[in-house]
Amino acid sequence: MRSIAIKMLFGDSAKFYGILLGLAFATLLIAQQSSIFVGLMSRTYALIEETPQPDLWVVDPTLLFVDDTKPMQVTALQRVRSVQGVLWAVPMYKSLLVAKLPNGSRQLCDVVGVDDASLIGAPPTMVQGSVEVLRNPDTVIIETRGQRGRLAQPVDLETPSGPKRKIEVGELLELNEKRAVIGGIAETTPTFQAVPTIYTTYSRAISYAPATRRTLSMVLVKADPSVPIAELQRRIARETELSVYTPREFAWMTIEFWMKQTGIPINFGIAIALGFLVGVAIAGQMFYNFTLDNLKYFGAMKAMGATTPRLLGLVALQGLVAGALGLGMGLGATSIVGLTIPPDKLAFKMTWHIPIIAAGAVIFIVVASSAFSMRRVAKLDPAEVFQG
Amino acid sequence: MTGHRTAIRCARITKTFGSGEAVVHALRGIDLEVRCGEMMALVGPSGCGKTSLISIMAGLLQRDEGELEVMGTDPGALSGHERTKWRGANVGFIFQQFNLIPQVSILENAAVPLLLRNVPRREAHDRAAALLREVGLAGRENSRPTKLSGGQQQRVAIARALVNEPRILVCDEPTSALDGATGQRVMGLIREITQREDRVVILVTHDERIYHFADRIAHLDDGRVTHVSTPAEALAESAARMGEAATARR
Repeated sequence: MRSIAIKMLFGDSAKFYGILLGLAFATLLIAQQSSIFVGLMSRTYALIEETPQPDLWVVDPTLLFVDDTKPMQVTALQRVRSVQGVLWAVPMYKSLLVAKLPNGSRQLCDVVGVDDASLIGAPPTMVQGSVEVLRNPDTVIIETRGQRGRLAQPVDLETPSGPKRKIEVGELLELNEKRAVIGGIAETTPTFQAVPTIYTTYSRAISYAPATRRTLSMVLVKADPSVPIAELQRRIARETELSVYTPREFAWMTIEFWMKQTGIPINFGIAIALGFLVGVAIAGQMFYNFTLDNLKYFGAMKAMGATTPRLLGLVALQGLVAGALGLGMGLGATSIVGLTIPPDKLAFKMTWHIPIIAAGAVIFIVVASSAFSMRRVAKLDPAEVFQG
Repeated sequence: MTGHRTAIRCARITKTFGSGEAVVHALRGIDLEVRCGEMMALVGPSGCGKTSLISIMAGLLQRDEGELEVMGTDPGALSGHERTKWRGANVGFIFQQFNLIPQVSILENAAVPLLLRNVPRREAHDRAAALLREVGLAGRENSRPTKLSGGQQQRVAIARALVNEPRILVCDEPTSALDGATGQRVMGLIREITQREDRVVILVTHDERIYHFADRIAHLDDGRVTHVSTPAEALAESAARMGEAATARR
């Protein structure tokens, strides 16, 4: 009977494709919008994710999120280093500075200054050159999106709005009237601020920055293996009166800031809810109508000896098959969107949770519509088959 | 071939629907016996209780009062689940509108009662194919019902009704969706197949042209069996009524 139930589903092609499209569209909306939301949120803490070496991040207590640079006094570095249990502690500079490009135009850039000695905090993936170029004088590393995007240069300097070419290794930038030679190109996770990122050493970065007493954005700390990280976190916070976060805490703090301070979650929530409602309205309604259309056959089967649980099982099987196919199509379409649109054009990150959430939504839609359909089938009086 | 053993015995059966002012007395005390191997036609005006009576006989509907015995069993005394199983094993149905599942082949349609009883698929298909051959549909097993004529679809319905080898066949207006000649052929087929097997056939019809296939005809009116006649007597009564009506019109 299972094959007959499935053939009944596939055979009513108008309704079957309607149910599939409804479920697939709902899945696409739910999964795609969730993936873009996660992608956008993960961009907010890209720097933390791409700097895997430290166990702890030490920042100014008023700092709200990773890009909210609140510079500390340079003495903070020494105070952190003096805490027992710190294996190493290195400085990091992070701020938005204006760069003058080779054609004379200016571009706001996110300048990251990494520890001069260890280069901890330098981009992990280089596509041209190596991070060691930062040891050369006046050298910086830019990332690929900046190289072909906002740092790109006009092919013809006379027509700045004309076609552009990628800025290349060896070309010169100016940061605060100081020369910066592009020494390498890195591949990095796009950031939320969508401005080019320039990596250099900490000492060079503070020379590019306007003169100020406070130049230390963050201190990256590695714990001595003999000391529990949580214990060291408490110690540093107690002895320096600075905020100390694990990478996970720092990332979550950043996500929470953007979630609370912007309308992003509400906007995406609305889109996801719409996807769910589309699924309920189209697929749920069509599946219910499909069952109604087949009530006379279910009634005939009931008259011929089919028990109610047996018929409910057939309806459930039809719902399950439609749900699985719709979910598969929707997730497939979502994956195609994610794979075909470049990361710098679309923030897309499908974590393992998203297909599960989409599957949960589809299961809910299918179960709800099946439940209504099943109710009709369960209440079906077999004597109705004689009503013509 | 009419036997003498009683296959179905109805005594004082009543059935009402609704309550209060909306109450409908569908059956007001039915007394009727159908013998083994007999084809009994139930006739009468719309709303006289024919459908309620076959539904009760077939175990689809519960009576309010009275006694019922169908092949030694009172279906009303069985639990819902037992009654469903009893129906599946003992009753075959031929519906007015065929009720064939349009999305599957006629072979699968004919096999449905067996599949519902968990008969292995291959065996169910073999038995369904044999019956389709018997009703003259050999070679059309993989056709969809929608590709067949009304007469052919009713043949599939006959095969489906008989595939379980039921002892009782319930036919609800089996010719109403067919033209006269096709209706005669379909009834001839039902008569031929059921006579061989010594089955009981309960036939509800308005079509006087098929009266002669029945062994006896029970006339119902207002929830009661007014009388039981032979087909010839029923046709004579009908002719007399038509004559009286024509005279009255003149």
